[in-house]
Amino acid sequence: MSTHTAHVAAAHKESFLRRYIFSMDHKVIGIQYYLTSLFMAAVGGVLAMLIRLQLGWPGSSGIRPDAYLAFVTMHGTIMIFFFLTTILTGGFGNFLIPLQIGARDMAFPFLNMLSYWLFPPAIIVLLASFFVSGGAPNSGWTAYPPLSALKEAAPGSGLGQTLWLISLAILIVAFLFGSLNYITTVLTLRTRGMSMLRLPLTIWALFITAVLSLLAFPVLLAAAVMLLFDRIAGTSFFLPAGLIVGGKSIPSAGGSPLLWQHLFWFLGHPEVYVLILPPMGFVSDILSTFSRKPIFGYRVMVASIAAIGFLSFIVWGHHMFVSGMSPWLAMGFMTTTLIIAVPSAIKTFNWLATLYRARIQISTPMLFALGFISLFVTGGLTGIFLGSPTIDIQLHDTYFVVAHFHFVMASAALFGVFAGTYYWFPKMFGRMMNERLGRWHFWLTFLGIYATFFPMHYLGIAGMMRRIYSPLLYPHLQPLQPLNVLISVSAFILGASQLIFAFNFFWSLFRGEKAPVNPWRANTLEWTAPSPPPHGNWGETLPTVHRWPYDYSVPDAPEDYIPQTVPIAAPVAGGAGPDGPHVGRSPVEDARRGPNAPDQVDQTTRGT
Amino acid sequence: MRTPGIQKAEGNASGRAFAVVLWILVAAAALGTITASRRWWLPPLASVHGAEVDRLFYLTLAITGLVFILVQILLGVFVYRFSAPGGGRAASWHEHRALEVTWTLVTAIVLTILISMGGLVWARIHQPAPAGALTVEVTAEQFGWRVRYPGPDGKFGRTGPQFISAANPLGIDPADPAGQDDIVTLNDLRFVVNRPVRVLVRSKDVIHSFFLPHFRIKQDAVPGMTVEVWFTPRSTGEYPLACAELCGVGHYIMRGQVRVVSPEELERWLQEKRG
Repeated sequence: MSTHTAHVAAAHKESFLRRYIFSMDHKVIGIQYYLTSLFMAAVGGVLAMLIRLQLGWPGSSGIRPDAYLAFVTMHGTIMIFFFLTTILTGGFGNFLIPLQIGARDMAFPFLNMLSYWLFPPAIIVLLASFFVSGGAPNSGWTAYPPLSALKEAAPGSGLGQTLWLISLAILIVAFLFGSLNYITTVLTLRTRGMSMLRLPLTIWALFITAVLSLLAFPVLLAAAVMLLFDRIAGTSFFLPAGLIVGGKSIPSAGGSPLLWQHLFWFLGHPEVYVLILPPMGFVSDILSTFSRKPIFGYRVMVASIAAIGFLSFIVWGHHMFVSGMSPWLAMGFMTTTLIIAVPSAIKTFNWLATLYRARIQISTPMLFALGFISLFVTGGLTGIFLGSPTIDIQLHDTYFVVAHFHFVMASAALFGVFAGTYYWFPKMFGRMMNERLGRWHFWLTFLGIYATFFPMHYLGIAGMMRRIYSPLLYPHLQPLQPLNVLISVSAFILGASQLIFAFNFFWSLFRGEKAPVNPWRANTLEWTAPSPPPHGNWGETLPTVHRWPYDYSVPDAPEDYIPQTVPIAAPVAGGAGPDGPHVGRSPVEDARRGPNAPDQVDQTTRGT
Repeated sequence: MRTPGIQKAEGNASGRAFAVVLWILVAAAALGTITASRRWWLPPLASVHGAEVDRLFYLTLAITGLVFILVQILLGVFVYRFSAPGGGRAASWHEHRALEVTWTLVTAIVLTILISMGGLVWARIHQPAPAGALTVEVTAEQFGWRVRYPGPDGKFGRTGPQFISAANPLGIDPADPAGQDDIVTLNDLRFVVNRPVRVLVRSKDVIHSFFLPHFRIKQDAVPGMTVEVWFTPRSTGEYPLACAELCGVGHYIMRGQVRVVSPEELERWLQEKRG
């Protein structure tokens, strides 16, 4: 063990460049991913404000139609791939996985560094598309060919679209490096006593998310390369024969535009669960901590995450009910979509049951966790409309869809990010965030989201199409303009209130109250490491796990929480169920993992 | 132990504030929806099958609306009731088999009913068009709709991209006799009231979407494919045709017009066009 201490000390003497820039420490990489993603959120947010400026005042915004479509495309691309995906898996995943399973670092620290350092080049290539001839792509984040394949089809379908595809390909490689790392780390580097059924739900969610990413993103990577070939190498994967664009005949033959949609949504649907599963994990843990009560139905929660993960691969066709795909296929996708709603509903009921007879302590992370439930319920229910192909005929590609996914995926995932930030900030930076500012931020964001996105349901029901520069050319959409103004004003308030968060974040970074080791009196392992944890996370010995992470309010225990590292004393009267996941480590596990699990972990770290 | 971040004394008040705001939100959502249903709502229905689509929409709205109200109110009730400053312990209650089985089954049953009803209507809508339906071909292009009626012979002429010109925007083969009497218009569609109409949806360039909001019809126009939709207009009048799939900078101006007329009026108009 002393060699490890020496290693830790040596690490601390490393140059600034090695420690903070080209670092292999999972915490530094996590924070790098976090901060870079936050920057991209600001870019995506500004684009959203420009979109609302145009839609609120279509005659006088000064935005050109092609610029508007570029903003729409880049807003979606950035928010989904360059903010939510990266902050949840790259940011929180990196920071939390080793700390919550009791490992000193990731299984492959070098690969981890490489994963992060693919992110800035991807951003540079993506944002460069704004400055090339024709501007950023005009084809939406879904980039349906032929619009995205032919430079004749739109101004943004020139070099801008090529850069978009290259940027996405780079970023996907980063995601794949990350996913491999997360999966391997969770499977092999858990500390002594940390059986799979003692993992916090945050880790279960991040683990299944990594599996989804690893299986789904390669398909998009392949599709992106094929589309790139269609654009620059004269292939026709997605282009049929006989296309006439702008009076010009295109020499393509034999491809299918629907092939892209199948490939895209084969990734695209698991992707929305990549965005929502980690927040579900965070919210489960935060809810339990601040309810001072075990999460309700732990095993069912784990099973639900796994079921959602599996089912997410066979529902993609519900994005294509009116695409020209065989209507009989729609029946199959409708059925799988119905089935995936069940585990989602179970999770919601379990969260509610966790609150029942709790002793809730309200704090900013808890408010965001509660807000998450509200948003997820609202957005989930509108999914039932869209999952029915018959109703989808009317609502597909209208603002109803925009409202739906901004609740269930975008806002709910954002609330997961905020809940996680307020909750783990003390561990990440060793300081507390300001509680008063946090609450202002919560209230304005929560109400702002409802005021912005709820009225969009009405726009969609009334038939307003997505991605239109102005609805005013249609007499039946003209009466909607007051609603559009209301939505824009709400969006501006929502956007402006994020400045409170930015201020709180950076102010607290330097001026926040110093954080204790375990400010929330929580059970999971990261709260046994110093705030912030040093290189290697724990001192000489890694923590040993003796119980599940949800021993809150155990009757007759001296405190209302029992960290996972506390051994099961012989008579904890009535504390745990007879065969719950929180009984002591079983001899079977001992035999399987071997008594020296922590040493193996040390060796891995030393090897770097 | 000192716990920064948690202001214990505030636990009660903040929890109650959250609950009350949530209840106000639920009330606002309900009132907002009632208000919207009078001004910003489904466009007046103009097709026969649309009644079934709307019925399903309202049934889904009723069920999801009820669940929305109940779950959000319950969330508020729990936070209100169990927000607690200091002292005391939460219940050590985290499993209840009967309860879990119940809510799983109820959810599954309600969803199965809703989705099966949707599936039945979907299947009916996608039956083959009845004989005697009026046939119209709609070819989308950036940024308009080329509409073709087959003429008295009831047959469309062959088309090919090599024949396309300003005078022959669809590229109808001049050598094909079936194409001689075809009638082509731009953004001008006419249907006959109470007579089923079969629309063959195509595209020349990128993907568009043939959207008739009043008829509850939407079908993507995909280049390289001809997709058929059919429906029966049930009231005369003028209605918009919109493009619902992003198709380029002019997506928002890609508007057509539908007129539902009597059989005689259609005949007169077709003759006029031929003449």
